[in-house]
Amino acid sequence: MTARSPAAPTRDPAWLKWTLITVALAYVVVVLALPLLAVFVEALRKGEAAFFASFNEPAALSAIQLTLLVTAISVPLNTVFGLTAAWAITKFEFVGKSFLTTLIDLPLSVSPVIAGLVYVLLYSVHGWFGPFFAERGIEIIFAVPGIVLATTLVTFPYVARELIPLMQQQGTDEEAAAATLGAGPWRTFFLVTLPNVKWALTFGVLLCTARAMGEFGAVSVVSGHIRGQTSTMPLHVEILYNEYNFVAAFAIASLLALFALVTLAVRAVLESRFEAELAAADRT
Amino acid sequence: MAGAVASPAGAAKRWRFREPSALGGFWPSFGFVAVYMSLIVLIPLAALVLRPWEIGIDGVWRAVSSERTVAALRLSFGAAAVAAAVNAVFGTIVAWALVRYEFPGKRVVDAFVDLPFALPTAVAGIALASIYAPNGILGAAFGAHDIRIAYTPIGVMIALVFIGFPFVVRAVQPVLADLEREVEEAAATLGASRWRTIAQVIWPSIAPAMLTGFSLAFARAVGEYGSVIFIAGNLPMVSEIAPLLIIIRLEEFDYAGAAAIGLAMLVISFALLFALNALHAFMIRRGGA
Repeated sequence: MTARSPAAPTRDPAWLKWTLITVALAYVVVVLALPLLAVFVEALRKGEAAFFASFNEPAALSAIQLTLLVTAISVPLNTVFGLTAAWAITKFEFVGKSFLTTLIDLPLSVSPVIAGLVYVLLYSVHGWFGPFFAERGIEIIFAVPGIVLATTLVTFPYVARELIPLMQQQGTDEEAAAATLGAGPWRTFFLVTLPNVKWALTFGVLLCTARAMGEFGAVSVVSGHIRGQTSTMPLHVEILYNEYNFVAAFAIASLLALFALVTLAVRAVLESRFEAELAAADRT
Repeated sequence: MAGAVASPAGAAKRWRFREPSALGGFWPSFGFVAVYMSLIVLIPLAALVLRPWEIGIDGVWRAVSSERTVAALRLSFGAAAVAAAVNAVFGTIVAWALVRYEFPGKRVVDAFVDLPFALPTAVAGIALASIYAPNGILGAAFGAHDIRIAYTPIGVMIALVFIGFPFVVRAVQPVLADLEREVEEAAATLGASRWRTIAQVIWPSIAPAMLTGFSLAFARAVGEYGSVIFIAGNLPMVSEIAPLLIIIRLEEFDYAGAAAIGLAMLVISFALLFALNALHAFMIRRGGA
């Protein structure tokens, strides 16, 4: 169809359409696809054997373990927080509600390095609460608790952010009906609210997990980079890279990249399911 | 406060913290949220606001106004602004292609846009460094024309372009999708050329969304660390970003100095974001009039 066809006054001419598509695709390929591809190419540069050998290292295994441990603590914490905050914010009217919502997003505009720095200011030997814990033999900075705290701060908003808009839109009618029929808050929450938001919750938790596993700046400040002890996967990648052990660095990185790709795929699948669900909700 | 929903009888009604509700569980959940947020976010940020002053106003001023700090802040904010502007242009083109056209692989591209949200920044950092290093595929190509990217401010900007990529696309996409075709058709039927339709109908609707995306990408890029440090080369005064300088100060046990730079970054960012928000509100008002 040509641009002059009267049937399509808002259609862009074919040359413009294909130019814009080409520019868009070229940009996506250069900015996004190339770096991702580079991770896998560099990881496999010296063959499969070298690639797999990278994981068979005590320091690599301990980094993977530490990352899993930190993720297993901070993601559940932020999930419980996200659900509670979304419940309070979307199901009730109270003074300062929009201020609270803004505060939840605050960590998104704080540099990860600053997120690590604030815990050093609090819990290091020269920090406000550092001496208190030091006297009791509890190490926070340059130890696992500090890494957990910094990761929790950086991934703080993700679950809440996914839930709040959806629960806002769903309103309180169903919960009010349940309450009128005699259900207590817990029963209402588990039987009415939770099933309504399960996909948003799943995605929020997934995104939070991806960010928690990959957090670098904040963790870098509080960890002290003790190899085999306080090194998470991203920190271990940095150590290996700075030692010019590129194959091992990219091998560990490829594991993280793979997880990122799974996250994106699950999101795409969830979103197509979501659309159907939301459309169904609109019809009723 | 803004959260208190004004009711018609508001003036006559007694003030209360929360409106009555049939649902239970407000106080336990509100209490938990308040305590958890204080521990994880508010008290730590309070330390950032208060601790720099230990070295006095003079000390803070010296920490923030030293030549090296000013150069680092200028690089972080400058490169973030350039990167966000690049993304504002190309991100809008990507959003336009995704909303308006059909092409093979469109769904994959759409899902792929969020890659920088999911990919750990250190992974992106070493990948970008390997591509743009003098012996990397793009680094070698540019090197042949005597353009150095890695270990220069251009490298910093490239990393920030990667990090900010999704924001403009995701801000503009829904606005373009909601833009009613009828309005465009009406403009065309009334004799407007395609360019005039774009300039007077489409542009005013998507410009505020572009600005939103720009602001988000900018805010994210200013504090970015992991994807930048590998490609930047970290030369003081040339390619050293502000977050790295904070870490250097910490390693020197200059905690107050580190906190002062952190506080300066936050204050400048919030001031700029506030201005961008005001500009956004102005654009929306004009667009609506």
